[in-house]
Amino acid sequence: MSWLALLISIPAVGAAVVVWLTRKSQARAWFASLGFAALQFCVTLAVVLMFDSSRGANFQFYEHTPWLPSIGAEFSVGVDGLGLMSLLLAAVVVPFAIAMIDPKTRRPGTMSAWMLLLQSTLVGNFVSLNFVMWFLFWELALIPAFFLVRGWGGPMRAKAAVRFFMYTMAGSALMLAGMAAVYAAAGTFHLPSLATLIKGVTLSSKITALLGGNGVWASCVFFAVLIGVAVKVPLYPLHGWLPATYSEAAPPVTMILTGVMSKMGVIGMLRVVGPLFPDQIRIHAPILMWIAALGILASAWTALAQRDLRRMLAFSSINHLGWSLLAIFAAWSVTNPGVNGAAALNGAMLQIFNHGITAATLFACLALLERRSTDQGGIDSFGGLRAVMPVFSGLWGIALFASIGLPGLNGFISEFLMVQGSFAFSPWATAVAAVSLLLTAVFLLGFWQKVFHGPLNPRWATMPDLTSTERLVIAPTLVLMVLLGVCPQLLLKWLNPVSEYLLSLTQ
Amino acid sequence: MSSFVQYLWLIPLLPLVAAGINAVLPTDARRAAMGLTIATMAASFLISVVAFFKVADGGRLCHNFDWFSLGGGHVRLGWLLDPLSAAMLMMVTFVGTCIFVYSVAYMAHDARQKQFFTFLSLFAAAMLGLIISNSLLLLFMCWEVVGLASYLLIGFWFEKPSAAAACKKAFITTRIGDIGFLLGIVWLAKENGALLFFDNGAGFLEQGALEHLNGLAVGGISAATAIGLLLFCGAMGKSGQVPLHVWLPDAMEGPTPVSALIHAATMVAAGVFLIGRVHPLMTTESLSVVAGIGACTAVIAALIGIAQNDIKRILAYSTVSQLGYMMLALGVGGLGAGIFHLITHGFFKALLFLGAGSIIHGCNDQQDIRAMGGLHGPMRKTFLTYAVGMMALSGFPLLFSGFWSKEAILHAAHSTVGSHLPFYAGLIGAVLTAFYMTRLMSLVFFGTYRGDAEHPPHESPRLMTLPLQVLAVFAIALGFLGTPAWPWFTTWIEGRETHFQFGHLFHLETLGLMIVSTLAVAAGVWLGWRLYFQRLRLTPDETDPLQIVVPRVFYHLEHRLWFDEFYEKTLIAGTRRVAEWLTLVEQGVWVGGIWAAAQISIGFSWLSRCYDEWLINDGFDKSCDSLRGSGKEIADAHRQRLPFTLRTIGAAILVLLAITCIWFGKGGAR
Repeated sequence: MSWLALLISIPAVGAAVVVWLTRKSQARAWFASLGFAALQFCVTLAVVLMFDSSRGANFQFYEHTPWLPSIGAEFSVGVDGLGLMSLLLAAVVVPFAIAMIDPKTRRPGTMSAWMLLLQSTLVGNFVSLNFVMWFLFWELALIPAFFLVRGWGGPMRAKAAVRFFMYTMAGSALMLAGMAAVYAAAGTFHLPSLATLIKGVTLSSKITALLGGNGVWASCVFFAVLIGVAVKVPLYPLHGWLPATYSEAAPPVTMILTGVMSKMGVIGMLRVVGPLFPDQIRIHAPILMWIAALGILASAWTALAQRDLRRMLAFSSINHLGWSLLAIFAAWSVTNPGVNGAAALNGAMLQIFNHGITAATLFACLALLERRSTDQGGIDSFGGLRAVMPVFSGLWGIALFASIGLPGLNGFISEFLMVQGSFAFSPWATAVAAVSLLLTAVFLLGFWQKVFHGPLNPRWATMPDLTSTERLVIAPTLVLMVLLGVCPQLLLKWLNPVSEYLLSLTQ
Repeated sequence: MSSFVQYLWLIPLLPLVAAGINAVLPTDARRAAMGLTIATMAASFLISVVAFFKVADGGRLCHNFDWFSLGGGHVRLGWLLDPLSAAMLMMVTFVGTCIFVYSVAYMAHDARQKQFFTFLSLFAAAMLGLIISNSLLLLFMCWEVVGLASYLLIGFWFEKPSAAAACKKAFITTRIGDIGFLLGIVWLAKENGALLFFDNGAGFLEQGALEHLNGLAVGGISAATAIGLLLFCGAMGKSGQVPLHVWLPDAMEGPTPVSALIHAATMVAAGVFLIGRVHPLMTTESLSVVAGIGACTAVIAALIGIAQNDIKRILAYSTVSQLGYMMLALGVGGLGAGIFHLITHGFFKALLFLGAGSIIHGCNDQQDIRAMGGLHGPMRKTFLTYAVGMMALSGFPLLFSGFWSKEAILHAAHSTVGSHLPFYAGLIGAVLTAFYMTRLMSLVFFGTYRGDAEHPPHESPRLMTLPLQVLAVFAIALGFLGTPAWPWFTTWIEGRETHFQFGHLFHLETLGLMIVSTLAVAAGVWLGWRLYFQRLRLTPDETDPLQIVVPRVFYHLEHRLWFDEFYEKTLIAGTRRVAEWLTLVEQGVWVGGIWAAAQISIGFSWLSRCYDEWLINDGFDKSCDSLRGSGKEIADAHRQRLPFTLRTIGAAILVLLAITCIWFGKGGAR
């Protein structure tokens, strides 16, 4: 069995075992799921160590077997630097989220089993190189995600789960329709092969040959696929499912949704939309960049008015991933973008990991706070907590400033590269989006001031600081933040060849 | 030689290590934390001294290295040692060490002393990193970390709502400028590729890149001008230039050593340092903006300082005003003069702030100068050192460093080819500075003590007065490095040769300017003397003499010319309104859209159900009914032996109906 298939199956098998264990004891099942997540982490680490970063953007651990030739389905897996980074992200965030499940919650074992299943589908999506398989995992991921949102969280969770499911499903339907046209035109669903079409008889000319319409149909197909992917990220006006979902779901669930699942969208942009439709992105880049930039600004600005911490972080997530989209559109906005295009793509990819661990940590901190209080994240009901919880506030503070983009922590490098890359191709849109960097500081520090600074609210005078277990759970991602802030080369040595490859396609 | 500059990172690294170790030490390990912080800073000072002698004769050393790979190349960072960074290193490490020692006594009663020293070390590391950067990117990174340290230290007493608000305000106001700074950097990266200052001809401060940037035109100005102005936005935020100065007076909520170190001597000077660093990039156009903003800042802040009563706030506005002076100097082309004033100001303003801390300490945490008075007796050492600081700041002739550095600035402003308005602004600022410092001295040190009689003021411990004395010595001595007779410092910074020529003191222009600036100082002191010293205040509640003379003007100055209120009403209220409006859009359009889509699809399903059940099924049933009915009728008619024609018509209808039914039935099934 290959390594990547193993990585897909370990959590799936784990989920089955854990569900079986829940019949006896939920607590024991939860503990077992932590074990499976840890095993997954170790195997991922082994794959990371075996990965040869000198081989550039070539897919490693590559496997290719025909599956259902009639619909172009193949079992085709492999990882490049981007895939490897996504695997690592999932392997870090999922055990983190499982560890953050409140033991007092209802059926923690079942929850962790769903999380493992979700991880399996996400990993499947990250390593798939055939669209059918990729799309299968993309859709399959919705099922555990739906049950996770539906099963645990706030009073409106059922409604939020349905909205989440239906909204993303609608996007997926559009994408499927678009990709059906792609298959009809090109005759393959193998993503790397589709990408290389750019160099010869292009995909858009094939679509035009099939459907006619002088490029109009090619653009329609592009937008269908783009919208399907953009809903998942999400791109600002397509984010309607997100605030309710992130704020109704239990924080550990949101950790995975924002930390890993939303990244399927960004990776989809880089794996599917960008390489298949570079011409269409270039044609529509001015408008796409402005949509992304205004979305970045609007989401940060909306976050400013939120009194509920979960919703604030939800809009902050839209903002941070919006930057990725802006940078991706910018990188494909000209045919030969040079080093600024590389900066844009590297920044966008690095942002996947950075936002993943930072957002997950922020939601984890939120979970720890909610565990200690009866309030559901209303920021006005606290005050002065730093006096009683110095360690907690210090650790949360690190994640907070990483999210603000403080240099020395991970968020800065990706942010800087994305601003650099986007500015080179769309200075005004980037300048507008850059205002959100200020707004992010305003609302995050505003929240910080309300919750941690000022006189201590006597109601929370006895709130306990973090236990040593909690410190241990939250520490790894914080260490990663500092490490990547000082030494971004750790990830960029994987990502830079990928960006070089992606940009070489259009030259 | 270059081997030394490779190890220049040791200077910021030592405090950084101290910060890291302090962070994990237990809370009660105060002595260890203090010892480590002071020892590493002192060690950094020693290395800085070595660094200084490496470039004491001018010259420039740099060392660049790869940070991460990007595209086909690498993003590179580097260290730089030249007169500018050497001077800054000496000043920051020396003043820093003095202030750290002072803090040991000042913060002795604080429960979180360990944390205080952790933050101080973090600040020192970032500030020193900023100074030795040979890359605009690295400089910006350190710049932001300095901002973080400033945030943490202003909000050190975070329980106070005012401190909690002030630290946020400082971070956000400076970040407004930083957005411009960031855009300037990425623009530079776009046009030039590399962000290194010096790189064997490839750096952006070197000939080739400068020519390229000057040649690029963007909307009527050159790219160099535009980039320079964007970088200046960052400098405006950090160095408290009008209109982004509003955070600095509020930053006085931090402990006084913090005000001395960060908000007077070092960090706020970072903006001036930045403009000094990128001075070759600054074009005539962008420099004229720098000079204009600097001149406005110098005058406006000094005006506001006149009507303040909090001893630290007076000094804060004085700092803003002096930073304006430095910007003014850089703007009129006086690079050496601006940096010289930066260094001398660093010493004497640190002295004044530490003196203020000593006064506050001695008066039982009283900060209102109206409630002080008569301190020259009980606080002898503080008084004498403070007097030195005051005279240096006001620019008392010949003996004090402030006189010479201000003289250099006025000289530069006077000899510039551009507008002479900055020169006059400088003169007005000199009058005002002398005036408000005389006011402060009169109210604090003379007359009778107006505070709590049961707790008479007392001199501070030796650990606090010793740094004052050391700094006082430098507040005098430093001036002699930059007199017109031997302008070693200014020419060293500008990379020129200099010789001792006593006769230069008596050049007509030099001598004239010295006399004019002396007259300006004398005017300010005289006014202050008349208003405040000759009519010494007896109670804290008396009306300010100036308020009696010009009540309306005083009213506006007392309220800091309404900058904060203006921002509150416009920018902040506007931002809030847009946020609320966007939340409505969120609920109404983006989420409401889903709801509408859901309703529409429910509507469509309902229609389709109606179609299925009512039109198709019912239709089929009805037609079947009618078929049955008509069949019955036909049968009846048949029974009544209708004519053949009718029978035929009936049969035809029947067939038609059957066909319709089958057709519709198929449709329904489909």
